[in-house]
Amino acid sequence: MNGIPMELGLSLSAVLFVLGLIGVMVRRNLIMILMSLEVMLNATGLAFIVAGSRWGQADGQIMFLLILTLAAAEVGVGLGLALQIFHRFRTLDADSVNEMQG
Amino acid sequence: MALILFYITSAVAIFATVMMITRLNAVHGLLYLILSLLAVGVIFFLLGAHFAAVLEVIIYAGAIMVLFVFVIMMLNQGQKTIEQERAWLQPGIWIGPSVLALILFVEMLVIVVLGGNAGTGHIVNSKQVGIALYGPYLLAVELASMLLLAGLVGAYHLGKPMLKATKPGGNS
Repeated sequence: MNGIPMELGLSLSAVLFVLGLIGVMVRRNLIMILMSLEVMLNATGLAFIVAGSRWGQADGQIMFLLILTLAAAEVGVGLGLALQIFHRFRTLDADSVNEMQG
Repeated sequence: MALILFYITSAVAIFATVMMITRLNAVHGLLYLILSLLAVGVIFFLLGAHFAAVLEVIIYAGAIMVLFVFVIMMLNQGQKTIEQERAWLQPGIWIGPSVLALILFVEMLVIVVLGGNAGTGHIVNSKQVGIALYGPYLLAVELASMLLLAGLVGAYHLGKPMLKATKPGGNS
């Protein structure tokens, strides 16, 4: 009945998630880090949709809705933080915000 | 049939994501990110999750990406903007995302010509989603609304032109 095997969907989800993780770790621009975070959240949602499609239940799409809500809130706050950092430090380099000396 | 479309769409999604994380200019990366999200939306459609596909296009590729565009445009310093605009209109910049979007569009045309479902997976329609959303998941919906409210308040607070520097060390 299902034309797409679950393994393929989950593999694509894993690949996209790892790509987003690489983006978060490699890039230093705050905007690009936020965009890579979007890719990671999207890959997670894809995994939920694949599982929901496999068992024919609506729960996968509901979890995707919740992830969508999370992504919207995260982007709003994250971009506000990026704006403040740019106003204060005149750069978007994530390495320049190391005043805590952690 | 659905499997072939799935492979093509997966290739588009992975290629667009790789291009996104390797672009130096944020707007170029944003174009490829939108293509990646659209490709994942097509995959949702192929998996039978039509409602999620619609939400992916409207909210992810629409609303959230508009936020990114706003912030990137706000952070541009005025003098460099004109040269940037001129550089962005070079064909080499938008030809890649356009080709990827064309591939996705052709896929959607193929699906429509084949009668609307190209042998897709088990279709979970929006009625089932709605019933489950306001039945067993009612508490999750309330929590999501509170999360959105917190995000709204936080974004409003952080989006003010400039917070007063409470400690020395800031350049502003």
